[in-house]
Amino acid sequence: MMTDKKPILRVKNITKSFGDVTILNSVSIELAKGDIKILIGPSGGGKSTFLQCINCLVMPDSGEIELDNERIQFTRKQDIYRLRQEVGMIFQDFNLFDHLTALGNITVPLRKVKKMSKKEAEQRARLELEQVGLSDKESLYPAQLSGGQKQRVAIARALAMDPKILLLDEPTSALDPTLIGEVINVIKGLAVKGMTMIMATHQISLIHNLADEILFMEDGRIVEQGPPDALLAAGNKSKSQGFCDLLNELSEVEG
Amino acid sequence: MELSPFYQDLFTSLNRGLLMSIALIVPSAVGGVLIGITAGAVRTYGNRFFRTMANCYAAIFRGTPLVIQLFVLYFGLPNLGIYLTPYLAAVLGFTLCSAAYQSEYVRGALLSIKSGQYLGAQALGFTTFQTIVWIILPQAFRRAIHGCGNEIIYLIKYSSLAFIVTCIELTGAGKTVATEYFRFTEVFSIIGLYYLALVSLAIIILKKIEHRLFIPGFGHH
Repeated sequence: MMTDKKPILRVKNITKSFGDVTILNSVSIELAKGDIKILIGPSGGGKSTFLQCINCLVMPDSGEIELDNERIQFTRKQDIYRLRQEVGMIFQDFNLFDHLTALGNITVPLRKVKKMSKKEAEQRARLELEQVGLSDKESLYPAQLSGGQKQRVAIARALAMDPKILLLDEPTSALDPTLIGEVINVIKGLAVKGMTMIMATHQISLIHNLADEILFMEDGRIVEQGPPDALLAAGNKSKSQGFCDLLNELSEVEG
Repeated sequence: MELSPFYQDLFTSLNRGLLMSIALIVPSAVGGVLIGITAGAVRTYGNRFFRTMANCYAAIFRGTPLVIQLFVLYFGLPNLGIYLTPYLAAVLGFTLCSAAYQSEYVRGALLSIKSGQYLGAQALGFTTFQTIVWIILPQAFRRAIHGCGNEIIYLIKYSSLAFIVTCIELTGAGKTVATEYFRFTEVFSIIGLYYLALVSLAIIILKKIEHRLFIPGFGHH
């Protein structure tokens, strides 16, 4: 399915400062359908802010976002609500709605944002829960779920909205090592189905197996980018290579 | 066993007064909670204009004695051509005063909701209003419920102030009998027991509501 190479998302020259501190300095990215781009780099490099700028959870100071060739007007609320519906987001700390069951977490956006009927929404929600292997947990509240289960519900919730693109902000960082696997498997499953994704992660297996392209962010800029074979080739002295070596060493120490 | 004329008089009056007290407390409590939630939400999320208005409202009604508020409503408003019955003046005063306090409990609860809840909803395409109504308020209300219940219990007791705007409720009815027979100790002790019963009933109802709204992760069962 690599024939269709028209970009569905174009993000150009996003800049963002908080006070005097420049967090993002003219960052751009382009995605075609099915692309998986992975952001790596040190903490504070701007990965999270960049992802949040892409669906305007953080409003960029300047720059352009085009979704399906339509320019998003940052000043038009309607544009922004539409953008967010079509660009799903997975957070490091899940952000499930604490007062709703697993099922309720998925149906509430379907009903309130997509205006589906209760029955329709529940059908869809059950389908998505099944996809992430949590059919038997639909009536449990977030406080009753493990971290891995919470993140899978969060993924199901995002997918139920039929997003064109999924942004994942360190989806496994808040999980303890025994729970990371189940979330990685779900994400790999999405990749197999051709989901378009931008993911910030330090999970070496995701970087190696999924990335079409690695973007190394540092000090609010993309300082390196390229396919993993090139960047991570043995003997390559790239920053990405150095960073991944470090991650490898760490995982050996842990494992 | 026949009760003495004093006790017959007393209980007839107190029971009539009790009905009036309940007629004052129930609408004031419900109105107080509803207006309190609205005012609390506006004070937290409103734009500058509405936020300032709501803050002023809370500052005035929390900052002045309830007696003064009742005097203004009942004796002051007629100067502006607005005439309220004693009952209406009392209910209005209690509702506005109670709501001002409730808004503070609600505001505190709203501020305690983690920003991730808001972000999560925004990321799914919720509007700000939808986020507040469907995600933040249902959680905040569960956190505020103990404070709100406390305020309702307090309201039950300050409802006795209605008698100063000539609305004869429990305390007013008792006071009349006490003056007539000059037996203050018995009368006010019995009035105290009436209030104790009312508050106990309120506590039971509030506990029921708390159980009803219980969700794992929001306090212990």
